[in-house]
Amino acid sequence: MYFLKRTLFLIPLLLVISFLAFALVRAVPGGPFDRERKPASPEIERNLRAQYHLDEPLWQQYLRYLGGLLHGDFGPSLKYRNHSVSDIIGQGLPVSLTLGTAAFCLALGAGIPLGFFTAARRGRWPDYAGSLAALLVICVPGLVIGPLLIMFFAIKLRWFPVALWGTPWHAILPTLTLGLYFSGRIARLMREGMLAALQAEFITTARAKGLGEIAVLLKHAFPIAVLPVLSYSGPMLADLLTGSFIVENLFQIPGLGVFMVNSSLDRDYTMVVGLVLLYAVLLLALNLAVDFAYSALDPRVKYE
Amino acid sequence: MNSNTPSAAVRPAAMNPANPFSPNQRAWRRFRRNRVAMASASLLAFLVAAILIWPLFSRPPLAPLLPPAMTHPPNAISDAQFQPPGGTHWFGTDVHGRDLLSRVCGGARLSLLVGLVGTAVSLVIGVLWGAIAGYRGGRWDAVMMRCVDVLYSMPSIIFVIVLITTLNALQGKWQSGPERLSDGAVQWLQFTALFGGLGAVSWLPMARIVRGQVLSLRHRAFVEASRALGAGHGRILLRHILPNVYGVIIVYLTMTVPSIILYESFLSWLGLGIQPPRASLGSLIASGSEQINSIRVYWWLIVFPGAMLALTLLALNFVGDALRDAWDPRAEGREAAEK
Repeated sequence: MYFLKRTLFLIPLLLVISFLAFALVRAVPGGPFDRERKPASPEIERNLRAQYHLDEPLWQQYLRYLGGLLHGDFGPSLKYRNHSVSDIIGQGLPVSLTLGTAAFCLALGAGIPLGFFTAARRGRWPDYAGSLAALLVICVPGLVIGPLLIMFFAIKLRWFPVALWGTPWHAILPTLTLGLYFSGRIARLMREGMLAALQAEFITTARAKGLGEIAVLLKHAFPIAVLPVLSYSGPMLADLLTGSFIVENLFQIPGLGVFMVNSSLDRDYTMVVGLVLLYAVLLLALNLAVDFAYSALDPRVKYE
Repeated sequence: MNSNTPSAAVRPAAMNPANPFSPNQRAWRRFRRNRVAMASASLLAFLVAAILIWPLFSRPPLAPLLPPAMTHPPNAISDAQFQPPGGTHWFGTDVHGRDLLSRVCGGARLSLLVGLVGTAVSLVIGVLWGAIAGYRGGRWDAVMMRCVDVLYSMPSIIFVIVLITTLNALQGKWQSGPERLSDGAVQWLQFTALFGGLGAVSWLPMARIVRGQVLSLRHRAFVEASRALGAGHGRILLRHILPNVYGVIIVYLTMTVPSIILYESFLSWLGLGIQPPRASLGSLIASGSEQINSIRVYWWLIVFPGAMLALTLLALNFVGDALRDAWDPRAEGREAAEK
């Protein structure tokens, strides 16, 4: 019941978000046609603005946009004018989804076991080594690791292609660049969560009734310890799936991250709102899923 | 043992007349006893001191006393382009023949400044917002967290770009107006735009995390107990709930400083952050990765700024971890148990 209500609540939330995005990009001085070839005469610009209804009052433009959305039409891109926003998203999204999912799997697949293991061996050398590794990965971000990976594995050793997108072989270096940082963060959150969970009284109870160490760790501590990881992975996944500007720029990958930045620099109004909405739908759905999982894992959390 | 109940092991230690120190003093003592923490704190202090006094090295009283490699001014262009690290340039030179060592020091200074101020902004907003929402619960919680949801659900980069381009355009307008601004004022405006933009987008995770923790704490027995004893809301929140959240806040802070430093470097890369000829570590790395080609590998352009960044972040993280361990209320119980 609670979750049904929250799902219904998403509709006004998305309306607010779309309007906020709509108003925000227009608050920026300058317009989408500023970077056209000069000299564009005032008449040309006026005609352009009229063609895209930019001369109407803001609320009328917004209602027109909403009407289009009802038909699944995100409008034309103001920068790439023979493409619609849906076209561009349709081309970039599969690429960003693939790369993002791979990085997400790397982050969870490396981070959770590492965090669990270091917490279980707390205070001994595997803990120090593992925690140091997790920390190092956080401190050497994609901005640094990406160029280094390219220089060493692609240019020097020639094991991987330098850039571009196509075969799974192309995806390895970008996935590492994107995912390593997150795996370090996940490992730290997981270790922190495990250590906190292991001090709880129900763990003492579980040990007192004679459960084995593995059962205590896996069955009793893990579901509570994974909660911080869980609430972090919702937004992390949304970020990863909509593309990363740094990685896409470094490896020349045709994903959405580049559009996210460039469209707001170019004042490509429809493109910005379309991307904001895409990101918002993804994130809200994931957050809902996270909260649902939260109540399933932690019996102390009750939503009324 | 669960520290949240004032049990037999904790109480005597706290009330022991032979232990006249406040919890904060005891926490500092634990921090100073942690050798890794003290080493990282010293490293951090050394880095900060070095990058602060670095500009003095190229000036007269100190310059003749030092090896020439330490006295290059950061923006002096020379013909010695792409020199690999060596005797005269310890970190090598960049595309304009500028000495990388001095540029890295200057970049680290800007990066740290931006990271610290941005984090302070996000800390204040995030903790207040999250604690109040989680503690009040009900309708307040719903409204406050929906606000966070709305802001959270928009890609932060768009916010930052909108904010910074708007402020820059405003500044351009003032610039062309009758009263011209001094260069110093322009610089401050740019920095403020950057700090504001970074702080305004990075408080949201903090608010969510604090709220979640407070929400799960507010119905615990020790909160009920202090409420039964007549404690007010402010006291319960500040004295009983937030101390249990400090660990999470500090761990998250140690993640926020680096992420703000990174965000800044990302913005500098886009040309929205620190403007040339000034450079932050991020823009140094970015200009290094522009020079990647398949014929010659200028590794030092990325390795040295990257290493400086990693070292700074590593030290920050170690210090943060130790602070967390020291302020953990559970440490009191452990200490009492060891006696």
